[in-house]
Amino acid sequence: MMSSAIQIKQVHKYFGQLHALKGVDLTIPQGEFFGLLGPNGAGKSTLINILAGLLKPSSGNASIMGHDVVQDYQAARMALGVVPQELVFDPFFNVREMLRFQAGYFGRGRENDAWVDEILEGLGLTDKAHTNMRKLSGGMKRRALIAQALAHKPPVIVLDEPTAGVDVELRQMLWAFIKKLNQEGHTIILTTHYLEEAETLCSRVAMMKQGEIVALDSTSNLLNKFAGKNLRLTLGNSPLPASLRSMLKSGDNGVYMLALSELTQMEFALSELRKANVSIEDMQLIEPDLEDVFMALVGSKQGIKA
Amino acid sequence: MSVINQSNRGTYTLFKKEVLRFWRVAFQTVASPVLTALLYLLIFSHVLEGRVHVYESVPYTAFLIPGLIMMSLLQNAFANSSSSLIQSKVMGNIIFILLTPLSYLQFYIALLGAAMVRGLFVGLAIYLVALFFVTLPIAHLGWILAFAVLGSALLGTFGIIAGIWADKFDQMAAFQNFVIMPLTFLSGVFYSIHSLPSFWQTVSKFNPFFYMIDGFRYGFFGKGDVSPWVSIAVVFAFLLVLALVCLKMLKSGYKLRA
Repeated sequence: MMSSAIQIKQVHKYFGQLHALKGVDLTIPQGEFFGLLGPNGAGKSTLINILAGLLKPSSGNASIMGHDVVQDYQAARMALGVVPQELVFDPFFNVREMLRFQAGYFGRGRENDAWVDEILEGLGLTDKAHTNMRKLSGGMKRRALIAQALAHKPPVIVLDEPTAGVDVELRQMLWAFIKKLNQEGHTIILTTHYLEEAETLCSRVAMMKQGEIVALDSTSNLLNKFAGKNLRLTLGNSPLPASLRSMLKSGDNGVYMLALSELTQMEFALSELRKANVSIEDMQLIEPDLEDVFMALVGSKQGIKA
Repeated sequence: MSVINQSNRGTYTLFKKEVLRFWRVAFQTVASPVLTALLYLLIFSHVLEGRVHVYESVPYTAFLIPGLIMMSLLQNAFANSSSSLIQSKVMGNIIFILLTPLSYLQFYIALLGAAMVRGLFVGLAIYLVALFFVTLPIAHLGWILAFAVLGSALLGTFGIIAGIWADKFDQMAAFQNFVIMPLTFLSGVFYSIHSLPSFWQTVSKFNPFFYMIDGFRYGFFGKGDVSPWVSIAVVFAFLLVLALVCLKMLKSGYKLRA
């Protein structure tokens, strides 16, 4: 049987008194584009750091491509490329040198140069190949950071908030490149604060809250299950009938957003409006997004950097 | 490619990166210690030549040179591994090494190797420059090489320990100024411990740097304060203890992996 790209079983992590991961179970098959979402402090980075070998699990185990991250750490790390969240760089070398070194640590030599060229090209770094890391702009440093994670051509790639503070143009280029890698068979795990990014890219999503996975499903199932459609009504000066107050998500200036857990509720809403003699100036049925799922599960908008 | 070749290439790559790191700033890492040693040589030899007699028939300037070479060699081996580690820890780029399959032993070998290269290179440069000023005999090349290699390994290892332990540049500077500097200066670089009062002679014998410098000097003149066999045993024992401490720290992931 083909091993999973990532297999996490009952992983706990304590930092002193803090129980940062509370028995996380997660399996990610090869070739998936997977999203790991959650507010700050939910445990996403802790989980990634355990996969990367930067932290040791307090109990439980995790493996990458069938290799345990503690017992068989060398094979596990060979299979993994991690783009760290922090914008770190080595000021002594230029981009190409750094990529050669990074590949070299994984045992790859000059035969890897074609791949390095491909990464440079794909990330728009070709004309910066001989520029010292120190002299790159913030956006270019971010690209170089991603390139470094890919230098040894790992089958599993983890991107820990790769687009934080990145402009739209780079974000689109980056996603085009990552999507191409995914189509070529690389497994991609993405943590992000940008929910719409996860929604368009990821086929499956896990949501974390306080060290636990609170939802794990395909993006479309999550949207169906946790986020019903929304009905936006523009009622002008008329107030919303009291019977509809329980469905109200938000409302001001005569524009009301009603949450529909089922479509039949729309019928109910319309009949109540008719009964109350309220005329509808405008009406819109709005598709749910991951932010709604996130809100339903995580409960508070705090911690989400939009 | 076999696994063994792959892992050797990993170690070699890290070693090469560490060597290039100091070579890129060679003015600071090589030329500057050579100049410093040269200034010591010019000033001390000018002031003390003819006034201080350490060994019969050995002029003071000649006596001074092996001590200066060893002092710079030791300080630079220490500086290389410690500053590389503290810099990459503070800047955060140590993560690029921690994410690789390199084992703690490979990490140790690569960092130590580069520290030794810098220490030995600086030592050799000072030796070559010093030859313009004085003729130095070489009584036992074997002892010279043995003490140079073991001394650079000892301080390179010490530098890795300090680099892992220190969290800030400030702590590292304290380590360098309050531990390494006094130990090197009070080790007999500028004098023979036989010229000290007996109390300080005894104190000096607890300083491992004394044995490295005395043994190294023995290689040039065939004379020393203690037998080179005693010195080599002390240096080797210290190296062994520090290497074990260092490897234990690296294996446990102390301050590097939580």
